[in-house]
Amino acid sequence: MNAPATPAAHIGPPMWLLAEVTYRCPLHCVFCYNPVDFARYEEELSTDDWLRVLREGRELGAVQCGFSGGEPLLRNDLEVLIAEARRLGYYTNLITSGVGLTEARLDAFKAAGLDHIQLSFQDSSKEINDFLTHTRTFELKQRVGEMIKARGWPMVMNVVIHRLNIEHIGRIIEMADQLGAEYLELANAQYYSWALLNRDQLMPSREQLRRAEAVTDEWKARLAERMRILFVVPDYHEGKPKKCMNGWGNVFLTVTPDGTALPCHTARMLPGLDFPNVREHGLRHIWFESEGFNHYRGTGWMKEPCASCDDKENDYGGCRCQAYLLAADPDAADPVCPKSPHHAQVAAAIEQADTAAPSTKPLIFRDPKESRRLCGES
Amino acid sequence: MDGTPRLGHGFRFQWEPAQSCHVLLYPEGMIRLNRSAGEILARCDGSRDIAAIVAELEQAFASSGLRPEVEAFVAMAVGKRWLRLDAPTP
Ligand code: SF4
Ligand code: SF4
Repeated sequence: MNAPATPAAHIGPPMWLLAEVTYRCPLHCVFCYNPVDFARYEEELSTDDWLRVLREGRELGAVQCGFSGGEPLLRNDLEVLIAEARRLGYYTNLITSGVGLTEARLDAFKAAGLDHIQLSFQDSSKEINDFLTHTRTFELKQRVGEMIKARGWPMVMNVVIHRLNIEHIGRIIEMADQLGAEYLELANAQYYSWALLNRDQLMPSREQLRRAEAVTDEWKARLAERMRILFVVPDYHEGKPKKCMNGWGNVFLTVTPDGTALPCHTARMLPGLDFPNVREHGLRHIWFESEGFNHYRGTGWMKEPCASCDDKENDYGGCRCQAYLLAADPDAADPVCPKSPHHAQVAAAIEQADTAAPSTKPLIFRDPKESRRLCGES
Repeated sequence: MDGTPRLGHGFRFQWEPAQSCHVLLYPEGMIRLNRSAGEILARCDGSRDIAAIVAELEQAFASSGLRPEVEAFVAMAVGKRWLRLDAPTP
């Protein structure tokens, strides 16, 4: 047996199993976090594969199970998977746009024991506009929100914030309140995958961010107990690398629609790493032994400036994907860090967002055709 | 303090073999509970009021005078939304 880079004894169990059950999705979000080449991975795991993955994850000690996608509702075995996850003792979470959600389906999820639903707001430009103008989308979310609350789940909303909607943040909060949301996460777009393709159009200026945060604070004070609001600052602007995924192979185990197991849902882009597939390996092997999960565990892999930095145990050098995307080197410090030799790129992107005229580049919408074009298959 | 505690919205309480302790699960994560917290929470299911919980615990552990500890824990847990406290029925 190959000795793993870090002895298994020092590795704790995963806390989260994230089941990305499908890349199929009726929406076309310009900030979509699915890989841009998702169209390559059409062969989805079977129900039995997923049931085995759930069992193995629970045996490893995972307690949280998230079902996401794509749009997980498109898997018609979703209620079967939720029921098994719940039976195994996971806290079960569903992340959905609510598109296609019916009363009957929700009843089935309730019967299956689903613990939690997060309703996400998608399609930046169009849907947000629809939403803000009180049309179809607002009605859809309202209907879905009522259905969720009627079954005793808390109403939890997530909205991705970016340049095209950031000026409307007060209105977004107001309408979330009208929908009866108890929690609202306002998550600034992270620039990977589709959002990176659209970064020029999506990145807000510092001034916009400052105002949005101030407006959010006012609402927080006003709504106090009624709705909890979380404003997630983008790492570009914070100038502080984030402790990505709470540490590589530390908390999260993601399984993608085709069965590839990843320490983070975007990690597949990293070159030179071999990520195991649940069709070939058990989760125990994957978590403890696989090269893909061990490679960036801890701090042993670091080079300067991280290797000798006092913060290395706090942020683990930031995000590997961001290092790869911006510095073309997955072992480099996250360029968001001011100590990174590539930080100028991040600074330039912020500068451009602050000063440049609004980008006239057309947005690239996430869809299978674009994806095939982007992986050069067309 | 009086009333009937039950788990807060969205929380789940269970024994976790991998952790060898009781835990509280909620959407963002998990809280590991020590033994006495586990014993108290196990009884906060909306069917017993505080007096009944205290009586049960005192019997189970052959002790007395547990009320202040139970009350302090329930107050803390209500503050963190782990528990809701239904008003006593008059
Ligand atoms: S971000 Fe949008 S397009 Fe991407 S999976 Fe989610 S809902 Fe679908
Ligand atoms: S140099 Fe590396 S470890 Fe230090 S703060 Fe920057 S990214 Fe983090």
